Amino acid sequence: MENYSMNSNDFFKALEDGALIGSRCLDCGTMAVPQRQICSKCLSSKSKIVHYSGNGSLSAFTVISVPSMWMSEVGYNGKNPYCVGVVALDEGPKISAQILDMDISMPENIQIGTKLTMTTVSHGEDGNRKIHLAFKPV
Amino acid sequence: MSELKWKKGVAVAGVGLSKFGAFKEKNSRDLFVEAYQDMINSMQRYNPEKVEAFYLGNFSSDQFEKQAHLAPILASWIGLSPITALRIEDACASSGVALRQAALAIASGQYDVVLVGGVEKMTSLEIAAVTEALATAADTQFEVSAGFTFPGFYAAMATAYMHEFQASREAFYHVSIKNRNNGALNEYAQFGQTIFDIMESKKRRAVQKGLPVPEWKDEIEFLSDPKGNPMVAWPMTLFDCSPVSDGAAVALLVSEEIASSLTDTPIYMIGSGQASDGALPERENLYSIPAAVEASRQAYQMANLTPDDIDVAEVHDCFTIAEIIATEDLGFFERGEGWKAAIEGKTSRDGSRPVNTSGGLKSKGHPVGATGVGQIVEIWKQLNGLAEERQVQGDPKIGLTHNVGGSGQTCVVNIFERRG
Repeated sequence: MENYSMNSNDFFKALEDGALIGSRCLDCGTMAVPQRQICSKCLSSKSKIVHYSGNGSLSAFTVISVPSMWMSEVGYNGKNPYCVGVVALDEGPKISAQILDMDISMPENIQIGTKLTMTTVSHGEDGNRKIHLAFKPV
Repeated sequence: MSELKWKKGVAVAGVGLSKFGAFKEKNSRDLFVEAYQDMINSMQRYNPEKVEAFYLGNFSSDQFEKQAHLAPILASWIGLSPITALRIEDACASSGVALRQAALAIASGQYDVVLVGGVEKMTSLEIAAVTEALATAADTQFEVSAGFTFPGFYAAMATAYMHEFQASREAFYHVSIKNRNNGALNEYAQFGQTIFDIMESKKRRAVQKGLPVPEWKDEIEFLSDPKGNPMVAWPMTLFDCSPVSDGAAVALLVSEEIASSLTDTPIYMIGSGQASDGALPERENLYSIPAAVEASRQAYQMANLTPDDIDVAEVHDCFTIAEIIATEDLGFFERGEGWKAAIEGKTSRDGSRPVNTSGGLKSKGHPVGATGVGQIVEIWKQLNGLAEERQVQGDPKIGLTHNVGGSGQTCVVNIFERRG
């Protein structure tokens, strides 16, 4: 596995390798995702890349019927909505991601706190292909 | 604290609005001129030669109209070149921030008279392109790429709020009904119809077309029916969302000591605060907006007031959940009580805590760059007893505005007072 830098694009490079990376402050231990050079808690500049387990739980979500332009280009619409949410990783920090394999026909039944595990989705083709973090129920 | 360092008092001498709505024939400069003329009419002794600077709040004329560098164009269009002209962008808080920056420039002693404008011309793009343009106010690399839209951000906050406080979706509908009722009394508002009017007109249309007539017994039933009120981002429906709008707003900010030389109806800016935040996942919880809590703390401290002192407030109801969260962030209600207050009518015009008497963003319209100054226009009218049918009773003297950028990455809170 390659070494990742603090540059934000390396978060997506890691996703290509199937890894969810972030950072840990070497002074106070605060975890961040995605990785950042400067700790938001103690302002230390000493941090290192860490790998997350990829496990977490759902903090908040929505099922989107009126998609963003790029999500509509990949086939989502009012008849084919999608779920996105904020996921609290087991290690602490939270991150936004698409949530797969939920019964989105009944959003009222989707439970905050649902245990999730990471996966990835790719949209677009060839030069326009882009990888995204996603989660699915355990 | 920085909020205590103002060297001079600041007053709002005059205000103006364009009509908000969707106007094929008007672009930013036309809307702005309309609002500017409305401002001139609000003052008894306006003198354009006294204006020293122009601060413009505008989110993205670059994306909406392919026109950047808008401030000098607008200054020229109202004949005020070569005054200092600049544009401030903080997403949907752009003109609330511009107003605060203009106040700071006056408080520093640099200027005595600053024109503050806000404008956005949004309907020139298709709805998908508007959604895309607005999404650039979020973290495009890590949030928008996940598939989030702006309704999606607030919808996610709504699910967190409902989960934490066992709140019902009915509370959102009450905000929608109230703000539509208020907006129907505002001649500048985009929407003149109440939810009741819309429901009844849909029934009439069904009769005319010979279709089965929906059996909605009241507005809540109508809003709960996806046939009447389609889903946008669960649990936010069409009528939970503010519209895409064109519009402009203008305020003339002056140093306190010259206010009465220009107008008989000034209001005084006695508190101001602004704060920032990271993206949604960085917040400890997702049912409040920390930047709003911090901005209001600064504003209350500067004004030496508490939330109970506020007689009338205009808050950033880009979505119905946003109004409920705002009323808690501002300290009007305890955390988790805002949704009950909405159902009980406490935030209606005749309630104990009138919020968004203008109709709010939801009903008046949300031309994003114009919204912050637009809120001040309503507070100026309410404090001067000029809000006509919308006038809050009991002689309101203290008003507050709460203007949010993005999903809470920026918040600016200003407090105003009428004297005498």
